Amino acid sequence: MSALSLHKKIEENTGLLIFGILLVSSIGGLVQILPMLGHDAMEEATANTRVYSAVELTGRDIYIREGCSVCHSQQIRPLIAEVERYGPYSRAGEFVYDRPFLWGSKRTGPDLHRVGGKFSDDWHRIHLVDPRAVVETSIMPGYPWLAKRDAIQAGKASKKLRALSRLGHPYTEEEIASADADLEGLKEIDALIAYLQMLGTGLSEDVSI
Amino acid sequence: MSNENSNLYHDQIVLHLVQFAVVWAILAMTAGVYISAELVWPTIDFGQFWLSFGRLRPLHTNGIIFGFGVSALMATGFYSVQRTSHVPLFMPRLAWFCCYAWQLIVLLGGLSLLAGWTTSKEYAELEWPFDIAIAIVWVCFGVVFFGTIANRKIRPIYISNWFYGALIIVIAMLHIVNSLAIPVTIGKSYSLYAGAQDAVVQWWYGHNAVGFLLTGGFLGMMYYFLPKHAGRPIWSYRLSVVAFWAFTYSYIWAGPHHLHYSAIPEWVLSLAMVMSVILLAPSWATMINGIMTVSSASEKLKTDPALKFIVLSLAFYGLATFEGPMMAFPSVNVVSHFTDWTIGHVHSGALGWNAMITYGTFYYMVPRLVGGELYSVRLANIHFWMALAGTMLYIMAMWGAGVSQGLLWLSVDEIGELSFSFKDIMSSMAPFYGLRLIAGLIFLGGTMLMAYNLYKTIAGKSAIKVQVPAVDPAFGVSS
Repeated sequence: MSALSLHKKIEENTGLLIFGILLVSSIGGLVQILPMLGHDAMEEATANTRVYSAVELTGRDIYIREGCSVCHSQQIRPLIAEVERYGPYSRAGEFVYDRPFLWGSKRTGPDLHRVGGKFSDDWHRIHLVDPRAVVETSIMPGYPWLAKRDAIQAGKASKKLRALSRLGHPYTEEEIASADADLEGLKEIDALIAYLQMLGTGLSEDVSI
Repeated sequence: MSNENSNLYHDQIVLHLVQFAVVWAILAMTAGVYISAELVWPTIDFGQFWLSFGRLRPLHTNGIIFGFGVSALMATGFYSVQRTSHVPLFMPRLAWFCCYAWQLIVLLGGLSLLAGWTTSKEYAELEWPFDIAIAIVWVCFGVVFFGTIANRKIRPIYISNWFYGALIIVIAMLHIVNSLAIPVTIGKSYSLYAGAQDAVVQWWYGHNAVGFLLTGGFLGMMYYFLPKHAGRPIWSYRLSVVAFWAFTYSYIWAGPHHLHYSAIPEWVLSLAMVMSVILLAPSWATMINGIMTVSSASEKLKTDPALKFIVLSLAFYGLATFEGPMMAFPSVNVVSHFTDWTIGHVHSGALGWNAMITYGTFYYMVPRLVGGELYSVRLANIHFWMALAGTMLYIMAMWGAGVSQGLLWLSVDEIGELSFSFKDIMSSMAPFYGLRLIAGLIFLGGTMLMAYNLYKTIAGKSAIKVQVPAVDPAFGVSS
């Protein structure tokens, strides 16, 4: 059967058309995605990568809720300028507990993958509420409500840890049981700062680029 | 239902969908203009969480893609599938359900984004309850669409329907796979994929949502409305067939070019780059096919704003599908990635291609739907120039901003020290962001002119009753 007459068949048959589209469009995804699942480098955590604590996870979910990843990437490219500006480039094994990933696609603000430990908690506290109080030319929005809302309002941490442990994150029963208590007395801004301060600390200390 | 009714096209639903599309366009573009103003005056969110850039930006993108884009695609898809099949819609009540359920998803979904319910995965921000609702409505859309094709009285399935069909099938596949997650609460879930794997799945989705919704779906619109309006058959039907399969096959591979210089295996990135370049062939084949079709009707181009919009949209389609593969080269991507160049690229597609072809189609279709003339050709011509000026200014402002950012970020002096601080680079962007705001206002102003023009054209009328015409026996289904 020639290509044209085969095509004439597809052209006149709804079922064949649907099947053809499904077949042709799925090949690329299968070839690229299936080998990624179970890919060692993507599933083996780097030296100091660990699961997020209840407080850090709450902070991360606030980071997601406020859309921080719209303007801040968490993906340092292996380029001289990037490593100098931000620190060692990002490794796959640092993200194994990131659901979802937060690499971002736009830097209206700087990359944050290695922001952990670069500024004091107090600096973050001022900066998050009123960025222009510490960076005069900043166009980042302020987040005054984070300082007012209790961290537990960002969702019950025990339920979150439970859900993640079902996906294979190694939380102990004690960690899950104490998760909500860990948030007591904290504001949302405290949780977010805890997350920011642990960002990028997953590599072993002797990695410099 | 009487016999007479069963031989009429269902056009009232098309008219409703057009109106929804225009409303979403204005709301979502207004959100876009507002966030572009926030980048000039960062305090105009007045400390309100729901006016914050991080929440309004997904509202803007989702409103355009799913509110404006999908409503327009449903409208034009329903209009053209009936006419190319010579039958009324299959299960019209289900079609009405799709129409209204979809509007509800967009409305509530938009509010949920303002409330902070988000997965943060781009163009898939809506949380799991919406993901399920989207999947259900999408399947219903597919039932109506493919049911109509299965019932057709014309033997061959016209090329526009293939593109609409690919839109329905591929988006369903992408949406379901990318959205898999474990729910925690009603507004929060955790992705089934973690880290680098999540990145690969997300950009397989993200790139192809652009591919099969914003490109493929709108090509369906082009393949029906351009030949129809030009009064000429498509220049080369065979070319359209070849381009369709090449497009459907190769687009899917290109997603990982969004992840250059990341922790994704090199072979995946190289493959994505090669396939992105290959994609240029079917993209330009389609553009050439469209332009050749209209070239023999060039007289009409001088006077008809609808056709002008459609032809200009093809030019921007050509620009965006050339720029895209170029940005997929690592040596270009190293400059463009993470910068406003990407934003400019997206808008040369979204404003220049998607919005303009939709505007041209609406100017053509709406008067025919209500059986009248367009209220004002003059206003439509003014709209045309505003759309062109707005888009050009937008793209150029973002090229300026993006290329500056990309080069200045990478700049190091002779001993390898960074030349500029991030803060200094970004604080020099204000003029570009100001120009972009003006560009957005011009484009939004034009869209409002169209809304007024269409409103006056429709004003109290409903869709006229159109009889399904007799089938030419040469093309009829033998039964």
